[in-house]
Amino acid sequence: MTAALRLKLENIVKEYPGCRANDGIDLTVEAGEIHALLGENGAGKSTLMKVIYGVVQPDEGRMLWNGHEVRVENPAQARSMGIGMVFQHFSLFETLTVAENIALSLPPEEARDRGALDQRIREVSERYGMALDPRRYVSTLSVGERQRVEIVRCLIQETTLLILDEPTSVLTPQEVTALFSTLRQLAKEGCSILFISHKLEEVRSLCHNATVLRQGRVSGDCQPAELSAAEIARMMVGDDTPISTQVSTAEPGDVLLDVRNLNWKSNDPFGTSLDQVSLNLREGEIVGIAGVAGNGQDELLKALSGEIRTDSGSMRFADTDLGSLAPDQRRKLGVAIVPEERLGRGAVPEMSLADNALLTASGQGLVERGMIRFGKVREFSREVIRRFGVRCTGENSAAGSLSGGNLQKYIIGREALQNPRLLVASHPTWGVDVGSAVAIHEALVRLRDEGAAIVLISEDLDELYQLCNRLGALCHGRLSPLAPTAELSIEQLGQWMAGEFESGEVAHAAA
Amino acid sequence: MLLLEKRPVDSTLMRWASPVLALVLTVITGFVLFLAMGKDPVDGLKFFFITPISDLIGLAELGLKMAPLLLCAAGLTVCYRAKLWNIGAEGHFLIGALGASVMAVQLVDNSGFWVLPVVLLAGVLGAMVWAAIAAGLKTHLHCNEILTTIMLNYIALNLLLYVVHGPLKDPYGFGFPQSVMFSDSALLPALIPGTRLHLGLAFGLLAAVALWVLFARSFIGFQLNVVGQDHRAAAFAGFGARRLTWFAFLIAGATAGLAGASEVTGPIGQLVPQVSPGYGYTAIIVVFLGRMHAVGIVAASALLALTFIGGEMLQIAMNMPKAVTGLFQGLLLFYLLTCDAFIHYRVRLKPSAHQSTKAAVTAAHGEA
Repeated sequence: MTAALRLKLENIVKEYPGCRANDGIDLTVEAGEIHALLGENGAGKSTLMKVIYGVVQPDEGRMLWNGHEVRVENPAQARSMGIGMVFQHFSLFETLTVAENIALSLPPEEARDRGALDQRIREVSERYGMALDPRRYVSTLSVGERQRVEIVRCLIQETTLLILDEPTSVLTPQEVTALFSTLRQLAKEGCSILFISHKLEEVRSLCHNATVLRQGRVSGDCQPAELSAAEIARMMVGDDTPISTQVSTAEPGDVLLDVRNLNWKSNDPFGTSLDQVSLNLREGEIVGIAGVAGNGQDELLKALSGEIRTDSGSMRFADTDLGSLAPDQRRKLGVAIVPEERLGRGAVPEMSLADNALLTASGQGLVERGMIRFGKVREFSREVIRRFGVRCTGENSAAGSLSGGNLQKYIIGREALQNPRLLVASHPTWGVDVGSAVAIHEALVRLRDEGAAIVLISEDLDELYQLCNRLGALCHGRLSPLAPTAELSIEQLGQWMAGEFESGEVAHAAA
Repeated sequence: MLLLEKRPVDSTLMRWASPVLALVLTVITGFVLFLAMGKDPVDGLKFFFITPISDLIGLAELGLKMAPLLLCAAGLTVCYRAKLWNIGAEGHFLIGALGASVMAVQLVDNSGFWVLPVVLLAGVLGAMVWAAIAAGLKTHLHCNEILTTIMLNYIALNLLLYVVHGPLKDPYGFGFPQSVMFSDSALLPALIPGTRLHLGLAFGLLAAVALWVLFARSFIGFQLNVVGQDHRAAAFAGFGARRLTWFAFLIAGATAGLAGASEVTGPIGQLVPQVSPGYGYTAIIVVFLGRMHAVGIVAASALLALTFIGGEMLQIAMNMPKAVTGLFQGLLLFYLLTCDAFIHYRVRLKPSAHQSTKAAVTAAHGEA
């Protein structure tokens, strides 16, 4: 069977200062196989991909490519060998056309004849059901279309191993279906696919085999279709971590936040403007905002936090007009915000956890007559660490030294301990380990039960369905109607994510 | 091959070792330079670094030069912590001197304890207005503060030259561009009798203490730090960047203005064109050498003050040009910035390229 063996890794070790990211990993991928690489953030998936793609060199171990031992020095060499990779964050120039972007990654002699290249792009994209116009500018493409550009770019270079890093996190459910049929067709023709994900249902429906990583080691190999999602999750997180939250039903109270026809115009030509956004939120409920990244989620959060000022009159919080207030004034009214970026917005990386508590919690008696009361700051910080199980060496640890999940627990805890009336959380469990995600979900539900109103902005549909009373979706800065979660089908939500707000039950095929 | 590699964590040791290392390298370079010019390097370094402070008069002179540096540096630190690159201390200083002089000349016939405070206050307020121009340009027109403050320095200098050649020129001064001597009530008292050291040094040390309190204890200091380290986190927290920009510029204006006012009411006693040998610029070096920390800038201002009087000593004792002061200051800043790179980076030996494996790869690929 050596002929069919496309890639074999033996005992790959990669060490970074202070962390053994890959600790003796074995992996085999056969020709035409769709192989999943599963694991939590920090399990070593990305490092392993970088090793295969030549971005970093392993400290130990062997890599066999079609039966020959190789050492991949850089991505260019990987591409010339037939390894293609689509990163989670696309590497495309928005100001160039599709064809120009693809030409950039080709050898000069192939890139020169643009007519022929356009023809090839059309052929390849149509053959795999990913319609693309080579002349269009990337800035005009949707996220799903951009991903197609990345994949077509790989395929044009006769890729025999395609690596996809969390490809579905930026897609609507319909786009995911389309992508999967493309990938199945590719596999049928002999292309191997390495599919990195932590969405277990997708892996179960798509992949032939899976390798599960935990803390830099292989914790198991399996055929995902034959196991339940819970069984695979166990392999990912180990035996002692809870993997889901039991969410009680909410008992919403009075309307707390009323947003009507909120408009905001972006100065950035590639930014998103908010267009007639309306939503209302009651005490003791969680409202979820779904949507593909970059459709106005960050702008909505900033409009609510006060980081961008909107016209007055469009946002009422209890009896106050929120629109004209600065972030710190809103915080005094009981508005708490958990932004998407933990480092560099939610927390200052170089500062200690205690100092980061002061960032938003200064109103909790931590400052008196302009002077910081360090004892109180440390006390508050320790309380957050204790109550939310933040793993760190103490309140003097730099925020940047914590893992994503732990820092997120700290940030959520910092806001939660201020007894907010309204909490707006953006992607609170993005890139967070399962154990921390459960803790964060529990914290949100606890706040809800204490009467807080919560807006949850997320791309993780499972999370939204699990936690929210009502759901809506943002697309191009417009917000769909909000529907009770129990009555909202995932197909309908998918259409909302694609901007089809009016269409009823009739499903339009995604163009 | 040597490779510069980013450290996973910034080196705390290097943060404090860097100024010392820079000083050592400056001394070594100075040694080589003296040799190259055919002067005795040991004598040269001794005249530059040791002779000037070997007696009480010398130490008093050191304190005299330290005072303006320390005051300017304290104000600049407030700006630099917030990453507001105010290069305008020289201009604030000159306007401070000018404002104080105008007031002192107005009050030349008055005496009383109130004269001196009024004169100093005039300098401080004048310099704050001057700093406010740059602050307003930044917060309302988004002008780069580096450019505006440098340009304002030149405007301030020319304004001072105009005034000292024109309205404020002493009519009985034989045509020299200088004002009348201020009245005794407008002069700062000496700290050590018999020396030129005046109350200005006390202002400087008080400014250093205030600086320490500001950044170690106060919430506004914390906000300035956050703005400097992470402006997005500051916006998220609602720390108004505009308000803090104004605060920092006004503080910088006030301290540098006080320095300028203390200079004309201290050792000089009148307004002359050469009020400043470049204190406002040298203070920038002081801030970086002192690690933007109160204790650090006290030490650094003493060292930089030494370069001024050391330079003078070399002119007298060894017949060297005046540029030697600027040379040592420049060397110090150059080495400091170089050494600072090693706070974030470290040098590593890169293993030689894997020629043999490369060949194997191409062979394998050919067969595949």
